[in-house]
Amino acid sequence: MNTIEERVKKVVVEQLGVSEDQVTMEASFVDDLGADSLDTVELVMALEEEFDAEIPDDKAENITKVKDAVNYIKATAPDA
Amino acid sequence: MGFLSGKRALIAGVASNRSIAWGVAQAMHREGAQLAFTYPNEKMKPRVEKLANQLESHIVLPCDVASDAEIDGLFAELGKSWDGLDILVHSIAFAPREELEGLYLDTVTRQGFNIAHEISSYSFAAMARAALPLMAGRNGAMLTLTYIGSVRSMPGYNVMGLAKASLEANVRYLAQSVGGKGIRVNGISAGPIRTLAAAGIKNFRKMLGYFEKVAPLGRAVTIEEVGNTAAFLSSDLASGITGEITYVDGGFNTVGISANFIEQDQAE
Repeated sequence: MNTIEERVKKVVVEQLGVSEDQVTMEASFVDDLGADSLDTVELVMALEEEFDAEIPDDKAENITKVKDAVNYIKATAPDA
Repeated sequence: MGFLSGKRALIAGVASNRSIAWGVAQAMHREGAQLAFTYPNEKMKPRVEKLANQLESHIVLPCDVASDAEIDGLFAELGKSWDGLDILVHSIAFAPREELEGLYLDTVTRQGFNIAHEISSYSFAAMARAALPLMAGRNGAMLTLTYIGSVRSMPGYNVMGLAKASLEANVRYLAQSVGGKGIRVNGISAGPIRTLAAAGIKNFRKMLGYFEKVAPLGRAVTIEEVGNTAAFLSSDLASGITGEITYVDGGFNTVGISANFIEQDQAE
């Protein structure tokens, strides 16, 4: 079983078309990984599917870095 | 050989690989159609180009449907690559996000109403008119995407429901208008699908959950299923069908009360 960090990384790599070593915990989706607003919506949708989780809009707004996504999922997804 | 072999289709409304229009494009490509795509603004251009290339399409043209000049320009440009067009797919809708939550009467505005109807409904007629010279005399087909929020109230769908009602009337009046030229016009009313556009609808996930409980098939529908129906309706196999709204919704629209909402333990 992959860790949450690894699964988040995999989703980010697939969605944003970036290389794995760019996806550090501190990386910002918009500033460092070149995501635009549509990319970030798609990224959140892909994370929801990967973890069978629900990320409401007001929470999604605060997920700007890789570590934000990891922390949110750790805090909310029961079976992740 | 696919049943759209030799047909040329223009597809408006691809935004991502989750788009319903993308499901339509994939099915049409599989059945042998050549494809062209539109994008609404410069920001979307590279996204649409990337997807188009996956289906061996290199005709990707700008068209902001709020502009008559861009609509005319689209077909003028398309005419340089193709001497005729068989299929027009319209998968475009827009309403201000703040009008897609809460109660309809609390959120609808004159401006939001106008924008929703112009972009989501009028644009189909505008594109149909501009496409006519390329489509005449070829047994062509026009297709748009709608949603049951047009004929039933849905939480939060609000002004978009009115615009979809207008779009469905548009299908019928367009069918009447172009039938004499051998062109058919149809709409597909798809069940809820998690697209980028759906991300703008509050509580979409809850609505999807309700849908899955009520629809006889017990699950959401996919862009592949909508795409297959779109390919059929746009093909000569559907030569007798026009002015119709076809539901691709797992039967959701046919249910009065779902058995899933009746308490099982009340049975004698």
